[in-house]
Amino acid sequence: MTEENKAPSPVMDRPPRPAGEGGRPGGDRPRFGAGAGRSGPGGPPREGARKFFRRKKVCKFCTEKIADINYKDYRLLGQFVAESGKIVPRRLTGVCSPHQHRLAVAIKQARNIALLPFAGRVQ
Amino acid sequence: MNRTYELMFIVRPDMADEDLDKLISNLESTVTSASGAVKSVERMGKRRLAYMVRKFREGVYILLTVEGAGSVVHELERRLRVTEPVIKFLTVRIDEEQKRLEKIKKLRESRKKMSAQPAAGADEAPLTPAAETTATA
Repeated sequence: MTEENKAPSPVMDRPPRPAGEGGRPGGDRPRFGAGAGRSGPGGPPREGARKFFRRKKVCKFCTEKIADINYKDYRLLGQFVAESGKIVPRRLTGVCSPHQHRLAVAIKQARNIALLPFAGRVQ
Repeated sequence: MNRTYELMFIVRPDMADEDLDKLISNLESTVTSASGAVKSVERMGKRRLAYMVRKFREGVYILLTVEGAGSVVHELERRLRVTEPVIKFLTVRIDEEQKRLEKIKKLRESRKKMSAQPAAGADEAPLTPAAETTATA
């Protein structure tokens, strides 16, 4: 309810901003503050608006300390390949950027040597 | 310039064992004649392929670890391409990766030692090891 009441006002306030920029940016800010308060730590305000609580994803390779991401380890790589054969994006798996990079390279090598499919399931 | 390469190749599943032995020993001799060294040969056995390759659904995987210059790999790949029963191959340079892994291993070991030693001895240290153990745990 509070969001609906608050949301239109900044939009309406936005046009006069270029003319008198003194107070208006400050008027915007409470909205962000309220958003953060609603969701709590660990999630952007948009997710906080929903009912369920989303767990913070962590990188499997960092937590389990898997240093070697090898193309021969197709069982490990298979966890990060979708049913269709696609590499799962890290926004879904929670893998960190450096590990996702190694992972992608390894998956591509594994595909080349027919350990993983380019498309579809292993028959 | 010595580098380590990993050469994985797949031969057709209906190939006889003797022929495979011959093929591998042939490859080994090409490596040594090109002033390289074979570090290991690993037969990973028959495995189902993830997709069809030259109308085969399964193949025999072989892993060859070779040390030498790039010319060795060049010659090996040329041979594999010409050899009819080989249906697929992949060469990966692994020395850089091995170096990286060793570095990580060393780092982890030294951290372990660091967190183990000061806890037993010095009295001005207790702050740091405590922080480290929580970080590593």
